Amino acid sequence: MAVVSMKKLHLCAMKHDRKAVLETLQSLGVVEICLDEVEDENFKKMNTVTPRNQLDKHVQNTDNALEILEKYVPEKKGLLASLEGKKDVAKASMDEVIEKHHAYNRTVYKILDIEHGINTCEANIAKSEVAIESLTPWIDMDIPINTVSTKYTKVFIGSLPPEYDEGAVYALIAERAPEVDSADVHIISRDKDQSCIVAVCLDKDADDMHDALRSGGFTRIATYSRKTPKEKIEQHKSFIVKDKEKIENLTKKLEKYDSDRDTLKLLSDYYTIRSEKYRVLGELLQTENTFMITGFIPEDKAESVEKRLNDNFNLYLEMTDVSDKDKVPVLLKNKSLFASAEGVLESFGLPGKGELDPTAPMSICYIILFGLMLSDAAYGLIVFIACLVLLKKFPKMGDALKKSISLFMYCGLSTLFWGVLFGGYFGDAISVITRVFFGKEVVVKPVWFAPLDNPMKMLLVSLAIGLVHLFFGLILKGVKCIKDKDFIGLISDVVSWLLLIAGLIMMLMPTSLFASIAGAQINFSEGLKTASYVITIAGALIILVMSGRDHKNPALRLALGLYDLYGLTSWLSDLLSYSRLLALGLATGVIAQVVNQMGSMLGASVPGVIVFILVFIIGHVFNMAINLLGAYVHTCRLQYVEFFGKFYEGGGERFTPFKEETKYVTVKKNIKL
Amino acid sequence: MTMGTVYALLGAALAVILSGMGSAYGVGIAGQAASGVVSEDPSKFAKVLIMQLLPGTQGIYGLLVGFIALSKIGVLNGEPAQLSTSTGLLFLAACLPIAIVGLVSGRNQGKTSVSAIGIVAKKPDQFGKAMLFPAMVETYAILALLVSILAVQGVPV
Repeated sequence: MAVVSMKKLHLCAMKHDRKAVLETLQSLGVVEICLDEVEDENFKKMNTVTPRNQLDKHVQNTDNALEILEKYVPEKKGLLASLEGKKDVAKASMDEVIEKHHAYNRTVYKILDIEHGINTCEANIAKSEVAIESLTPWIDMDIPINTVSTKYTKVFIGSLPPEYDEGAVYALIAERAPEVDSADVHIISRDKDQSCIVAVCLDKDADDMHDALRSGGFTRIATYSRKTPKEKIEQHKSFIVKDKEKIENLTKKLEKYDSDRDTLKLLSDYYTIRSEKYRVLGELLQTENTFMITGFIPEDKAESVEKRLNDNFNLYLEMTDVSDKDKVPVLLKNKSLFASAEGVLESFGLPGKGELDPTAPMSICYIILFGLMLSDAAYGLIVFIACLVLLKKFPKMGDALKKSISLFMYCGLSTLFWGVLFGGYFGDAISVITRVFFGKEVVVKPVWFAPLDNPMKMLLVSLAIGLVHLFFGLILKGVKCIKDKDFIGLISDVVSWLLLIAGLIMMLMPTSLFASIAGAQINFSEGLKTASYVITIAGALIILVMSGRDHKNPALRLALGLYDLYGLTSWLSDLLSYSRLLALGLATGVIAQVVNQMGSMLGASVPGVIVFILVFIIGHVFNMAINLLGAYVHTCRLQYVEFFGKFYEGGGERFTPFKEETKYVTVKKNIKL
Repeated sequence: MTMGTVYALLGAALAVILSGMGSAYGVGIAGQAASGVVSEDPSKFAKVLIMQLLPGTQGIYGLLVGFIALSKIGVLNGEPAQLSTSTGLLFLAACLPIAIVGLVSGRNQGKTSVSAIGIVAKKPDQFGKAMLFPAMVETYAILALLVSILAVQGVPV
C-alpha cells in the first residue's frame, strides 16, 4: 500500500550520444521525462517533425498492410483472442527486423500495391455492372449503338418517358412535325422508368424529327460503341470475369505474405518505438554540443539506472529529492489482492500531493460491498470460476485487464460468501426444482437470514455496514492527520465527528423509533444514556468551536462551526445511501425467483423440463449480467462518493515512463534492473 | 373479486408500467447517443453500453415491487386474497413511490447518461467519473424503492 517515492533525475551529456542515451532510457522504461521545458537563447529544442512524420507514415502503412492481410487472409483466432495480450518476442528477432527494415518496408509497399490492384479491379467490376444494367433494356436492338445514319436516313436511338408506346410516339411526331413522312419507330423495351426507342426518318426530315422527339422528352442513349447492345453486354461480362480472375490471383499473391505477418507486426512496433524516441528528442533542450534531460524515476530504480548510464556514456548525472514545487507523477505499488483495485482507484483519480494510497482499504471494502449487492452464491461461484479460468488461460493479457478480472474474481468469492449467508442459490431454484420436479420441497436454509423475509433487518444490516464504511473513511483521514502531525486537525475534524455520530446513534438506540425498525427494544442503563449525551455534546462542541479555526473573528468562526454542524445532514444522506445494498440484493433475489417461477409454470412434464432449462439459462444469464452491472456501478459509487468523500481527493498525475510502447509484441529484454 | 383486490393489482401494475416507461425512455435516448459514439469508434462499445444500461434499473425496481405486491396479494399462486377496499388502496399507495419516482428518475437518468456518453466519447479515461453522474440520479429511485418495498411488505393482508 503505497505511492512509490520518486527521485528527480538531471542529466547532461554530449550531443553525439543523445540517440544512444535516449535508446537506453527507452528500453529501460523507468524514467518519465519532463517535456515542458522552456527554450531560451542557449538552450534550443530540435525540430524532429519531419522524421517523426516519416516514421508515423511507416507505422500507418505497416498497420494498413496488416489490416489488408487480415481482411483477405484472416488469421485463425479464438473467440477470446482479444484477451491473449501481446506476444513475447526475443530481442534477436527484433534486431533482425531492425537490420532489414528497408527490405520489410518494401514488403509493406508490395502488399499495399496488391490491395490497390484489387481495389481497381473491384471498381472496374462495379463500372461494368452499371453499364450492363443500363444496356439491358436495349438488348433486343440488333444494330450498333452508335448508329446515327444510313445512306438516306437518320437514326435516333434513345429513351422517352415511360408512357410512350409506339402509337404515342407516332402521334407525337404527327402532332409536332406534321411534314415528316415515312418515319419509322420501334419500341425496344418499356419499363417504369423509360421507353427505349429507335426512330428512323429520311435525311431531309432529321431536324424536324429531332425537335418533335425532344419536345416529348427524348434523350439519346448515353453509351457510345460500335457494338450492338448484346455484344457490348457480353464484352462487359467478359471484363467482369477477367477482373474477378485478377482479384483471385492477387488474393493468392497476398496469401504468400501470410508468413510475413509476424515480421510486419515487429516492423510496426519498431517504427512506433522510433517515432516515440523522436518525439522525446524534439522536446529536449540542447546546446551546441550538449543536451539535457530532466525527469522522474522511482527511487528504487535510481541507483541501477545511474550506474548503467555512467558505465556506458560520458555524462553528468544527478539524482535529487523531489521538491514541493515539482508535480511528481504517481506510481502505485500494491500487493496482489490490493493491486487488483488499482483500476477502480485510477478511474476516480490517483492520490494527489501528500495523500496516502487508499487502494488497500478500498479494495477490501469494494469486494465486501460488491458481494453484498450481488449476494447469490451460485452467481458468485460462476463469476469466480469464469474469472479464474480467464486468468489461467490468458496469462499475458494486458495489465489493466488482468487487474480488473482478478478484482472480479475476488468479488465472486465475496458474493459466494454473502449468498450462503442469505441463502440465495439462483434465487430459490433449489426449492422450486425439488417441489415441482421431485414433488418434495427441499429448502436450503440461509446460514444467517433471508433478506426477502425480513427486509427491515436487512436494512439495518446495510446501514450498519455503511456506518462502519464511513467511520473507516474518517479513520483513514485521521491516519493522514497523524502522518502529517496535524493533531489539532485530528481532534477537530476526525475525533469530533466520531464522537458526535457515535453519541447520536447511542441516543437513538433505546428509542421506540429504533425499536420499531429493529423489532427489538434495546434498553440502556442510565449511565450509558448520560454517557451518550455527553459524547454527543462534546463532539458537537468541538465542531462548533474548531471548524473555523483558521479565522480570527470569533463570530465568523462560530458561524462556520454552525455551518459545519449542518454537515450532519450529509452524514444522514450518506448513510441512507447504503440502503442500496438492500435494494440491489433484493433485486437479484426477486428477479431470480421470477425466472424460476416462470420456468416451472408448465410443471413436471417433458416439455416442462425443457422449458424450465431454457428459461433458467436465459433468465439467469440476464439477471446475472444486469445485476453484475448494477453491483459494479453502485459499489463504485459508494467508494467514490461516500467513502472517498470522507478523506480522499485524488488529482495525481499518472507516472508515464518513456518506454517502448508497442502495439503487437513485447520484446524480451536481457537488461534486468 | 373485491374492489380492494382490483386496487392492489392496479398498484402493482402501475409500479411496473410507470417505472418501465421511465427506463424505456432513458435507455432509449442513451442508446441513441451510444450508437453515435460506436459509429465513430467501435472500440468504445463496452463503455457506452454500460452507460446505456444505467437508466435500466428503474424498470427492474418497478418489477421488484410489482412482484412482491403480486405475491402478497396471492395472484401468483392462483388464489387472490379478498382484500377490503382500504387494504387495496394501501397497496396502491405503497406502489406509488417507485412508480412515479421510477418514471421521472428513469427519464432524467437517461438524459444524464447521454451527457456521460459524451464524456466517454471525448475522454475515455474519465469513464469512472462519467459513470457517477447517472448513478447519482439513481439514488432517488433506490430511496423510492426502499419505501415501496417496506410499505408493501408492511401492509397487513
